[in-house]
Amino acid sequence: MKATPLAYWVVLPLLMVFWGLMAWQLDSSLLPSPLAVLDTLQREAASGELQRHLAITLQRVAISFTLAMALGVLIGIAMGRLPLVNALFDPLLVLLLNLPALVLIILLYVWFGLVEAAAILAVVINKVPNVAVTLREGARSLDPRLEQMARVYDFSPVKRLQHVWVPQLFPYLMAATRGGLALIWKIVLVVELLGRSDGVGFQLHLAFQIFDVAGLLAYSLAFIAIVQLIELLILQPLERRASRWRRSGAQHA
Amino acid sequence: MLEFAVPGGHPVLAPMSLRIAQGDRICLLGPSGIGKTTLLNRLAGLEPGQPRPALRIGYLFQEHRLLPWRTLHDNLRLVGVRSDQVSSLLSQVGLDGYGAHFPDQLSLGMARRAALARCLAVRPELLLLDEPFASLDPHRATELQALIRKLLDRTPHMAMICVTHELRDAAALANRVWYLAGRPAHLRHDGNLGDTPAAVADLARQLETLGQESSAQVRAQQPRTLGPEAADGQR
Repeated sequence: MKATPLAYWVVLPLLMVFWGLMAWQLDSSLLPSPLAVLDTLQREAASGELQRHLAITLQRVAISFTLAMALGVLIGIAMGRLPLVNALFDPLLVLLLNLPALVLIILLYVWFGLVEAAAILAVVINKVPNVAVTLREGARSLDPRLEQMARVYDFSPVKRLQHVWVPQLFPYLMAATRGGLALIWKIVLVVELLGRSDGVGFQLHLAFQIFDVAGLLAYSLAFIAIVQLIELLILQPLERRASRWRRSGAQHA
Repeated sequence: MLEFAVPGGHPVLAPMSLRIAQGDRICLLGPSGIGKTTLLNRLAGLEPGQPRPALRIGYLFQEHRLLPWRTLHDNLRLVGVRSDQVSSLLSQVGLDGYGAHFPDQLSLGMARRAALARCLAVRPELLLLDEPFASLDPHRATELQALIRKLLDRTPHMAMICVTHELRDAAALANRVWYLAGRPAHLRHDGNLGDTPAAVADLARQLETLGQESSAQVRAQQPRTLGPEAADGQR
């Protein structure tokens, strides 16, 4: 365990050194050096463009994430608890899980035009099946013994949800959140690239057209950093707090 | 007086009609796997499609079934105990100062006592105990028995049904004995527990005979489809 934080700082710096050496050797605009990327990053940040596009993309991620989680959690729990709902939705789920994100995005743009709602909808429909499948597993694993307990002590539906269900579903919610963030921001970029005129995806589109690899890397790395910050500042503290009872240890048992 | 009926067609229990009076202390005995817990669940209204029971019930399950992610304090608050009453309730079951502990930090016996505190918190008219002394060492079992006795003495109107394997436990807690046997299970014996040790011993002999009869019956009812090979495989 002690070696882990150290190891964490081995691979990434090595990669940077390797990248720097390669860029220095090739001396081509197609592989800019890390410093050149940093330079682009600074220039974009100074003009305010970086912040603007990051904010727009982040907003799209937040909206589609919230919608997809809300819908997916409801559908997943209903499927896990009610066999009829499961029978109805299961074929649809299989279909959607296997439908390429790209197909859905193109279809929605063709049908509804290059509008914001179509973009968000495409991302949401892509993500809902993953959330639903994860939460269905969670709902199926709810402890029937605690259900009986909640019935004996006459827990209201809200109390049951808050104190009996959510703590049991928490690991599944976290798994859906983690997988959700990673998947959603990638799809958002594709959606932006194909049909929006702002956001990180749109900037990547521009960079692609003029083979501006430095711009491409600058925008991608900036967004990866933001996703990593969300993980460190929001998800991990949340998880630590919720699993306090687990780590409290069995001092008597 | 509680009137309680098991309708026909139940997969485990035979149709039966039970009467439980206020202050009845019933010990439910019978071979393991016969349906004692099923009967308790039925009484508590926990079987699928059952309506909410008409009276307040406290149910000490075999496992503590406290919410592991809530402290004892919060577990008791969730069944309606006022915040300022939690500590006095905990001290009634000998858990002074354990309010901030999570259930998994407690020993089996302590967790069971915490669950017992939760049962009492709802001021039950009927208290159901499912093998409260199982897996406790003899010393802890005797302690818990004394505690339950004390709590019963304090609530003379509360009825109690306690599932156990030991008539010894029955003698300590109960004034009435049910013996569940057969397939489907029905009450083979419903009677008062004698006051004297001799009467209890006599009842013990009676129940032993009942137990032997009923397991012989169960064996006779099992389909004889097992061939010699299958029987070998069961060694």
